[in-house]
Amino acid sequence: MMSRLLAVFNARNKEFWRDRSSLAWNFAFPFLLVFGFYFIFGQGMPMFKVGVIGEQDAYISRPAFMQLSHIQFVPYDELETALNRARRHQIDLVLDLDRQLYWVNEESRNGYVAERLLVNADPDFNRRVVQGEPIRYVDWVLPGIIGMNIMFSSLFGVGYAIVRYRKNGVLKRLKATPLSAFEFVSAQILSRLLTVMLVASIIYFGSHWALSTLMLGNPFSLLLTLFVGALAMISLGLAVASRSRSEELTGGLMNMATWPMMGLSQVWFSLEGAPPTVQSIANALPLTHLVSAAREITTEGATLMQVSDHLLVLAGMTALFLTIAALLFNWDSDHR
Amino acid sequence: MTDLLSVHNLVKRYKQLTAVDGVSFSVAKGQCFGLLGPNGAGKTTTIEMMEGISKPTSGEVRLFGEPASRKAFERVGIQFQNTALQDYLTVAETLALFAAFYTKTIDREELIGLCSLGDFLNRDARKLSGGQRQRLLLALALINDPDLVFLDEPTTGLDPQSRRNFWELVQAIKHRGKTIVLTTHYMDEAETLCDDIAIMDQGRIVERGSPAQLLERHFDGVMVNLPATAVEGKVLPFEMLANRDRVEIQTTAVDAIVRQLAEAQVPLTGLQVKSPNLEDLFLKLTGHALRA
Repeated sequence: MMSRLLAVFNARNKEFWRDRSSLAWNFAFPFLLVFGFYFIFGQGMPMFKVGVIGEQDAYISRPAFMQLSHIQFVPYDELETALNRARRHQIDLVLDLDRQLYWVNEESRNGYVAERLLVNADPDFNRRVVQGEPIRYVDWVLPGIIGMNIMFSSLFGVGYAIVRYRKNGVLKRLKATPLSAFEFVSAQILSRLLTVMLVASIIYFGSHWALSTLMLGNPFSLLLTLFVGALAMISLGLAVASRSRSEELTGGLMNMATWPMMGLSQVWFSLEGAPPTVQSIANALPLTHLVSAAREITTEGATLMQVSDHLLVLAGMTALFLTIAALLFNWDSDHR
Repeated sequence: MTDLLSVHNLVKRYKQLTAVDGVSFSVAKGQCFGLLGPNGAGKTTTIEMMEGISKPTSGEVRLFGEPASRKAFERVGIQFQNTALQDYLTVAETLALFAAFYTKTIDREELIGLCSLGDFLNRDARKLSGGQRQRLLLALALINDPDLVFLDEPTTGLDPQSRRNFWELVQAIKHRGKTIVLTTHYMDEAETLCDDIAIMDQGRIVERGSPAQLLERHFDGVMVNLPATAVEGKVLPFEMLANRDRVEIQTTAVDAIVRQLAEAQVPLTGLQVKSPNLEDLFLKLTGHALRA
């Protein structure tokens, strides 16, 4: 029995070690995650988050409050954006350095403590009050979960299916008919769009009905945003799968595309205050724009005009990915 | 007769490998044309260039008297050697899917009857037996009521009964006036179905003609064969051809051969006398067996 077990054990080990792409992925992936999180959260989590209006670096001596440790100061260009965050308990105080004003949400426990620290350190700041219930985590995270679901369903549903079709000869059989690549790809996109939109709608409206999740904006704006986001994701899936005939390689590429988005696109946590490099990387990812736009609509009541920057970026990405997919697309399983 | 298909000096190269090396032939309307050869001879590569699936490195394919075009392929039906179908679709749904790709299609009921699909129309296409699956694939090749049908090793892997059933289907298609191009490495299949044959080896056509013509051209008389061990170390006054673990002697005088073998004290147990077939011809032409 032992020799049979050992024989299979050895064969499986050889298979694993000789499959280079999977091997590299198995080693690289955990390291990438550890380094990624170290980079993003290397400084440890602050106790308080304070929004700051005005150019901090322009001051020769910054307020004493800003010298304190364990407080993260997040710059804002617009007062209203910062105040909205304070209303929703996403930041604890807002400081206006030019006018020596601060805003606190009296319903926020963290706001109360942060205010005591500020008043102790800089008694000259004048008090203003904002009001608002905190956004529950479920309200905040729901657009992220829907976005993530769209991402996985689109990338794997389209990309994997096409690679499998190519590998087992379904694509070759279809190529032998008058069906054009454009017709085939369009059908794949439409089919997946229908599925993704149906699932996303059920998740969103189901949660809204069962858990009374927040919907401050227009539901149609949300649906349109999800639609544009799903198009970008499906196009990315097509681009990844346009040429490959190896499910292993495609799996690796899909993971390489999805995991940075899982970590950096603010699905589970906000990147507010993260290093600018990390934010730039996040802005290059389609999921960031999908989740941000959906979240702004549901939790801040944003209109389509207000999220149009995100939608334009998603539309641009869709055009780019589709062009790549069209240029590289190959029907054959065997392009020797 | 009109040529429905013709290829001129067809070449296909993959980097260092020349898979098809200057192949030319034509197929007349209503004929069943067979491309024979062992695995790796270039049959599938040749047929795929004719089907428009892969591009020739050089040379020309003409369909219906014109250079191959998208319009011409509407009149062509194809059954690939290895192909998968879309998962989770029944036989009926698969037929409907493929029918939607063509402007002109054969009557559905007629096709179901022709390919005997009636018993498993609502079965998941993945759950068909080998023979049923090949019949479905043939039905898909015929769905646009094509004038020209390509069948690439259609009976490979089938049991003898399924193979014979499949041959009957091909005969029925022939009787409808369709032109068929068939690749196979089964000699009995080629002898039963084909009117005209080209034998390929190492990317070239080494012989061409009808099965009867080819045998007549190359063989005179019958084949006597013996186990190779029986003649080991014996010096015999006639030519012998090795075929796996046997040797073959071509002759018009079986009595004389048997007498000479007996005189040389060759044991005659296991001696067989048979008419030469295409397998013997292939061995003679290329020096190796067809299914090598």
